Amino acid sequence: MTTPSDRSPAVGVETVGLTMRFGSFTALDDVSIRVRPGSFHALLGENGAGKSTLVKCMMGFYHATAGAMMVAGREVDVPDPKAAHALGLGMVYQHFTLVPALTAAENLVISRDDTPGIIDWRKEHAALSEFMERMPFTVPLDQPVSRLAAGEKQKLEILKQLYLGRRFLILDEPTSVLTPAEADEVLGHVRQLTESGALTVLMISHKFREVTAFADDVSVLRRGRYAGGGKVADLSHDDMAAMMVGGQPPARDVDRAGERGAPVLQLSGIRALDRSGLLPIRIDGLTVHSGEIVGIAGVSGNGQMELMEILTGQRPVSDGRIEVAGAPFHATREESQTHRVRCLPEEPLRNACAPRMSVAENLAFRTFDTTPDDGHRFWLDRKAMRRRAAELVAGFQVKTASLDSPIQTLSGGNVQRAVLGRELTGDVDLLLVSNPCFGLDFSAVAAIRSRIVAARNAGAAVLLLSEDLDEILELSDRVLVMSEGSIVHETPAAEADIAVIGQHMAGHA
Amino acid sequence: MNETDLGLWAVPLAMIGGAIRVSTPFLFVSLGECLTERSGRINLGLEGTLVFGAMSGYAVAYESGSAWIGVLAAALAGMLFGFFHGWVCKLPKVNDIAIGIALMLLGMGLAFFFGKPFVQPQAPDLPAISFGWWSDISQVQAALQVNVLFLIGIVLTVAMGWMFRTTRIGLIVRVVGDSTDAARSMGLNPNVVRLLATGAGGALAGVGGAYLSLYYPGSWNEGLSSGQGLMAVALVIFARWSPVNCFWAALLFGGAGALGPALQSVGISSGYYLFYAAPYVLTLGLLIATSSPNRALESAPGELSITK
Repeated sequence: MTTPSDRSPAVGVETVGLTMRFGSFTALDDVSIRVRPGSFHALLGENGAGKSTLVKCMMGFYHATAGAMMVAGREVDVPDPKAAHALGLGMVYQHFTLVPALTAAENLVISRDDTPGIIDWRKEHAALSEFMERMPFTVPLDQPVSRLAAGEKQKLEILKQLYLGRRFLILDEPTSVLTPAEADEVLGHVRQLTESGALTVLMISHKFREVTAFADDVSVLRRGRYAGGGKVADLSHDDMAAMMVGGQPPARDVDRAGERGAPVLQLSGIRALDRSGLLPIRIDGLTVHSGEIVGIAGVSGNGQMELMEILTGQRPVSDGRIEVAGAPFHATREESQTHRVRCLPEEPLRNACAPRMSVAENLAFRTFDTTPDDGHRFWLDRKAMRRRAAELVAGFQVKTASLDSPIQTLSGGNVQRAVLGRELTGDVDLLLVSNPCFGLDFSAVAAIRSRIVAARNAGAAVLLLSEDLDEILELSDRVLVMSEGSIVHETPAAEADIAVIGQHMAGHA
Repeated sequence: MNETDLGLWAVPLAMIGGAIRVSTPFLFVSLGECLTERSGRINLGLEGTLVFGAMSGYAVAYESGSAWIGVLAAALAGMLFGFFHGWVCKLPKVNDIAIGIALMLLGMGLAFFFGKPFVQPQAPDLPAISFGWWSDISQVQAALQVNVLFLIGIVLTVAMGWMFRTTRIGLIVRVVGDSTDAARSMGLNPNVVRLLATGAGGALAGVGGAYLSLYYPGSWNEGLSSGQGLMAVALVIFARWSPVNCFWAALLFGGAGALGPALQSVGISSGYYLFYAAPYVLTLGLLIATSSPNRALESAPGELSITK
């Protein structure tokens, strides 16, 4: 096993006219990018711009239709990921490739090519501790990976690549599951490694703040083409946004209207357990008034998903009261209809849709069993369902091949738009939203956020849970922070201090 | 002076001896199923494999005159059944639970069909080692007759536990069983690993069956198995997929199965059907006690279809 100190320095990678076609669809069109050795290169672009296609071609998952790739100045052919690994290229994916039941040490050792048949753990542990001492950050080695927090898993993924001796690292949205402080720490350490010449990094990101703080160069892709780039020092956020969108970036200001009204949602004394049974969820008091957006920030895994499940009736509470408009609320269908409670859970395809049912059927979930005058219906009215579905698809710009295609064939953004359309139709008094814009492109994000604000302006009470702190700060009237199962901080959005919020998110303040 | 009347001590003594005797097939089948499930596949056909192993072991032992060759034949037959299960399950859209049940019926049917000529003849038995030589009491000596397969089972348990922790093959099986994505990104072929694991698991189940026909009860007939193959699946879940826990759980189930005969041996024969039901009641009770509506099965291999 090679150690980082006796490796030759970081490699540079260059693509020359890379083109990738899937049938008649061109994912990459003549893309030429140069990543200098020892540099920190950011790759920007909307969803669907071709960033992941480009890195997958680099790593040998796809074979480019045309063009060439050069590693360390020499042209190479990368037929599969093993060849990429042999050249020293490694990738850290957005979804983890760690094995949950194995400890970190076992994950590292088994991922090597030259793992011995019988593993001498004493020797391996000694080698691992020596390796960890040379690394800028460490993770606990003897716990099953399933118990690690998302931030620790991310660090372990990066450590695994370094352990395996990779010289060129592709990071795919590495900080999406980290607090601002953790993100700065991890990226700072990675930057140190590039500055010392041990590593070259190509980072896919959509966060301008991180790009300007840590990257040397940036390349922007739009619709499969190279849309611009250069040294980060020479470009401003607006320049980069303009390259990504191809024009003026969409306006970011939120138009607030209307006033805060009476409390709509009240939680008191909630006690429950999280999915592993180990983390207690404790919400002593939470109130959302009509006409306001309450944003709950927090790193994933601190109980937000469980809170949403409690509010939608998917998780039982052992103690406490939930009240909507003064009446006790148990998330039954009748109560949701009477009090006009709507929700947009995270991963909508899994939590708000029946994946194999058609778009029309999914769009009818709120209304299939009621007549227009709020009576009960026994036989389905398919024609009315299709009519309503067609209206929603047009009104919310859901791109679907037909109303009868299974909803799982739609892209993530369109599933989200469809669910939003279903939930926001009619009057809404309480809207529960969780991670609404995860993985969506600019235009979808802007559309969804404006709909949420419009609902607020029309008098709905909105509870927004999100792991994207920028989103919380942009949309909320009041910002709360959730950490380790309880609410630890509250502040009006106008007075929000990012540093303090970040500390609370990390669990120490 | 010979004490021939042990009084109530006869019951625990008989249970210990019975536990060792009755638990051996549980032990082998559960070790085999543990290996298969650790690789991410659930094989419900082990009941059929066990019965076919019993029949083939008995038949080959009778024809060849040696019980050990019979055991080898049973292992081979079990391995073939396991390979068949693994090969069919790697085809797309195949449900391993359905295939397992189908194979169970196939195994039992084939065993009864080919086993008809072997119901009467007597095949050689497997040897046993006496651990009760220090006592003059015949009950103690009988209870502490430990058959060789039980001892082999202990060695296998320790070896399997060590394998999962300390060898590359063991870690590879765990990786494949926990996350197909991670296995693929490491360059492993999950289907091949699962095929081999299922084959090995089937071989162990075949040996478990050979024990039934070659030691206790020691003859071949169609009522030989009382569901040990199916109960072993519950046993593996109860043991949380750890080979050493499988050993203790097999002993526990064996003890429960020995309760009926043990009580009969001291003359308690009223309601003995209820005592014979003890292992099944234990299975049900344990499965209910260890399940929970809120928590997912911890330490379950992530790729098992029952946990998805």
